[in-house]
Amino acid sequence: MRRIIPRASALLSPPLRRGGFLSLLFAVLFAISSSAYAVEPDEVLKDPALEARARAISQELRCLVCQNQSIDDSDADLARDLRVLVRERLQAGDGDEAVLDYVVSRYGDFVLLKPPFKATTYVLWLAPAFILIVGALAIVLFFRRRAGISEPAPLTPEERRRLARLTGEEGT
Amino acid sequence: MIRRLLFLVPLAVFAVLVAYFALGLTKDPRKLDSVLINQPFPELKLAAIEGRKEGFSTADLRGQVTLVNIWGSWCAACRIEHPFLMQLKEKNLVPVYGIDWREKDPRDGPEWLKRFGDPYQRIGVDPESKAAIALGVTGAPETFVVDRNAVIRYKVVGPLVPEVWDQTVGPLVERLRKG
Repeated sequence: MRRIIPRASALLSPPLRRGGFLSLLFAVLFAISSSAYAVEPDEVLKDPALEARARAISQELRCLVCQNQSIDDSDADLARDLRVLVRERLQAGDGDEAVLDYVVSRYGDFVLLKPPFKATTYVLWLAPAFILIVGALAIVLFFRRRAGISEPAPLTPEERRRLARLTGEEGT
Repeated sequence: MIRRLLFLVPLAVFAVLVAYFALGLTKDPRKLDSVLINQPFPELKLAAIEGRKEGFSTADLRGQVTLVNIWGSWCAACRIEHPFLMQLKEKNLVPVYGIDWREKDPRDGPEWLKRFGDPYQRIGVDPESKAAIALGVTGAPETFVVDRNAVIRYKVVGPLVPEVWDQTVGPLVERLRKG
């Protein structure tokens, strides 16, 4: 009896058949999965637009318990309570800025994962650009000087005569 | 001469950075400066802990220098400071108000106080961290020193042990009473 259903491998192009299939599978799985979030089903707001705003705000707020995670990522109890608070404030009609401002007014700028651009953080924000410019200037200066050195001034007639004398080719 | 020493500049910059980061490593990242120092104590009205009639509200703090202590029966470090809080009460040094934070079961807090003693004037419960967030609390225990106008003057992060009282909180309470 003839096989009507082709084997799966027959459907794949030759390179994929050679173990490439697994890689493809993993690539697809990675692409469709997002990183793990801590938001629990009972926290999620019914209004998807409001929920999206809450998620965006949560990703900017630091979890004060496990300090290098956002509250959106953290399982800590305090992070959960902060997520709920963010959602309550949004539901009460607060704007995104107002919600962030409230949390900052309680915990300070440290609670923001992205430090604000202000007098106390100018060094933080501007130092990389400053160092880059200084470095670029240093490189430019260095190569200019080298260029100057590699092209010495042509010999003067006096020097030519002297050179000729020394190399024993007098009477040119 | 100066040009010859120019090659030392990156090394010097590196040394400064190392010193800066080494200093940073000695600091406890959990001890954050509270932005609430010299700010009014947030307006709170917390329900009473089980077994007590009165809860805790910010109005209770007005007219006297007080401590407000965030604790929980789940909090191990709270056990460390607890005997000293009892002493504060026995010696009548300063009134301490309690906020029982995030108990899994509302009976856990009263149970804990029954076992170890109750040092608090009044206690409010904060099961959803509303008060804790309003106070910028990051962990328990934390203790706020509040003046008679209900303005926060200092925050102790971690257990209020006798050394902290002797060096900082005690003298501050004295000063606030006079001023």
